[in-house]
Amino acid sequence: MQNALHEAQTIVVLGGTSEIGRAIAAELVTPATRTLVLACRRPDEANPAAFAREGLEVVTTYFDAAATDTHDPFVRGLAADHGDLDVVVVAFGQLGDQADFDADPSAAAEVVHVNYTGAVTACLAVAGQMKRQGHGHIAVLSSVAGERARAANYVYGSSKAGLDAFAQGLGDAVHGAGVRVTVVRPGFVHSRMTRGMKSAPFATTPRVVGELTAEAMRKGKHTVWTPGILRYVFMVLRHLPRPVFRRLPLG
Amino acid sequence: MDANDPAPAPRVELTGFGLTNPSAASLVEIDVATAAAAIKDLPSRGGIARGLGRSYGDPAQNGGGHVLRLAPGSIVVDESDHTATVGAGVSIDDLLRVLVPRGYFVPVTPGTRYVTVGGAIASDIHGKNHHLDGSFGTHVTNIRLMLADTTIVEIGPDRDPELFWATVGGMGLTGLMLDATFRLLPIETSRISVDTYRLGSLDEVMTEMVASESDFRYSVAWLDLLATGRHVGRGVLTNGAHATAGQLTAAEAGDPLEYRADQLAVMPPLVPPSGVINKLTVKAFNEMWYRKAPRSRRGELQSIPTYFHPLDLVGHWNRVYGSEGFVQYQFHVPDDAVDVMVSIIHRLAAAQLPIFMTVLKRFGPGNPAPLSFPQSGWQLAIDIGVARRRIGPLLGAFDRMVLDAGGRHYLAKDATMTPETFRRGYPRLAEWQDIRARVDPAGVWASDQSRRLRIT
Repeated sequence: MQNALHEAQTIVVLGGTSEIGRAIAAELVTPATRTLVLACRRPDEANPAAFAREGLEVVTTYFDAAATDTHDPFVRGLAADHGDLDVVVVAFGQLGDQADFDADPSAAAEVVHVNYTGAVTACLAVAGQMKRQGHGHIAVLSSVAGERARAANYVYGSSKAGLDAFAQGLGDAVHGAGVRVTVVRPGFVHSRMTRGMKSAPFATTPRVVGELTAEAMRKGKHTVWTPGILRYVFMVLRHLPRPVFRRLPLG
Repeated sequence: MDANDPAPAPRVELTGFGLTNPSAASLVEIDVATAAAAIKDLPSRGGIARGLGRSYGDPAQNGGGHVLRLAPGSIVVDESDHTATVGAGVSIDDLLRVLVPRGYFVPVTPGTRYVTVGGAIASDIHGKNHHLDGSFGTHVTNIRLMLADTTIVEIGPDRDPELFWATVGGMGLTGLMLDATFRLLPIETSRISVDTYRLGSLDEVMTEMVASESDFRYSVAWLDLLATGRHVGRGVLTNGAHATAGQLTAAEAGDPLEYRADQLAVMPPLVPPSGVINKLTVKAFNEMWYRKAPRSRRGELQSIPTYFHPLDLVGHWNRVYGSEGFVQYQFHVPDDAVDVMVSIIHRLAAAQLPIFMTVLKRFGPGNPAPLSFPQSGWQLAIDIGVARRRIGPLLGAFDRMVLDAGGRHYLAKDATMTPETFRRGYPRLAEWQDIRARVDPAGVWASDQSRRLRIT
């Protein structure tokens, strides 16, 4: 159970090696936090030492976002081991490479499966647990790429568009059940995922995304854009005619 | 763990009075006749009784489980031995309307009339008379308690005293109280004779409180935590005693036990997200509140609501902090750690937080209850809006100072403790847990607070 200052006792990051997921967790950990679970496909790379603090147990565990049939038992197992799950950050996702998709369309299926299908089952499993416990907060990593698809990353963007719509609906579906959902829409973030790519306007860092997300969660916001200006940028971009949008130098 | 639960009943989100940290539970209305069936029907996440929801944090909520609300029940006054036997769901508001015209007062009242007798015992509440009269549980002679297995036991200081004192201050985690018998205070009039002192520094406030405490049944000070320099901790001390018939004017003497308790206003449900509390409004309020107090006034007659329950004049005043709510930070330190109290008050003044609700009070000796809050010494309570700043680190620093000094925090106000701070403040927890294990081995009684603090 979190306390009145929104300080969680148990925090779970699905996608425990995600730089953004970890940056959010770093902002959410307080002296009230007892357990941080970093769940990912390669737990040996999760580096729990980065979070080491007296009184905080950092757990790394195997979790495969693509193995959708494991998600519900996995979440129930987490609750059995660690008690109520106060905050779950759904941070896993893949960007993929358009050239690979062109060469082998089935490669795109893998990205879509993880980013959308896997996130849907994970969120539903977490929401189910939180409804059973009557409280909890889910942060779902969407992306501005889902706001309007671009030629550079439309497979990724379309998967995030689906996830964003799902997460908004989930937030309304659990309204009144003590559960909150915050949809996080970062812009271009300098991280491993985007290494070597050309930076887009209003590029940010995992740390800033973490700070803004934690603040939005404390305030119970449904949606957070990082950086905040992107809310207004996309108000405009969303309505641009296609020929204009296509030509924009968005990285 | 959930496979055997019955189909989930419709749920509601509940918070404490601080309006923070909601959780959803099935709210089940019960009376004495249906209580046993409701207990048998509890799901794996158990149940907890909820009175009027005046605990500030999460002790009367139970996410994913059931929250039981007991119908008020009856009020039976026994004038032969000055006691009342009262349903646990009866409020002090209801009680005073019956008692005062008959020449009685409750042994202890908190700063609000809107608490139930069950809640008063479960939190072992205290009032402005703690330094002389102790807390509510001290005056209770009998509790009818329904246990987890639905048997009803009668407990008191002389009948299963272990379970009785575990129930006093036990936050509803030993069973469901059905009714309780407690001693009443005979009064000649419904007026309080109040001495008011406006005191320009913390030192003056504390010196005067110690000097006058044995002369007055009721004593409490309000502090201006935005005053600075040599005025840090300046405040208004109000000492009170029940007025005798001889103190009333001729007009008042016609109905010496007249009692009226009305609400003047209700806070609207829609308040700006961060409320109307900020440093400017609070500084102005505090200055006005301080200046309106006379430098020194003796024997002013006030009504019971004016003296004891001033905040009850405005319904839902807790909304003033906005939708994000507020916490009440309330702690005790023993007399030998008065420097810690002084130091915390100075740090609060230095932080210049917009705080107008402050209560500084002397406590007398505690009672035998392992989880009862009051102990000899000083206590301070302050309200702080959650939205205002990130107050966690400041309160965390205070926690350490309080605990290092041998002090503790009040479970009825708690919304920020950790299992560790709770254990340090309540070293007799293991003793309480043994008694609780005897009457609720399966852990049927549970609340969000009991899970958060690992009380059971």
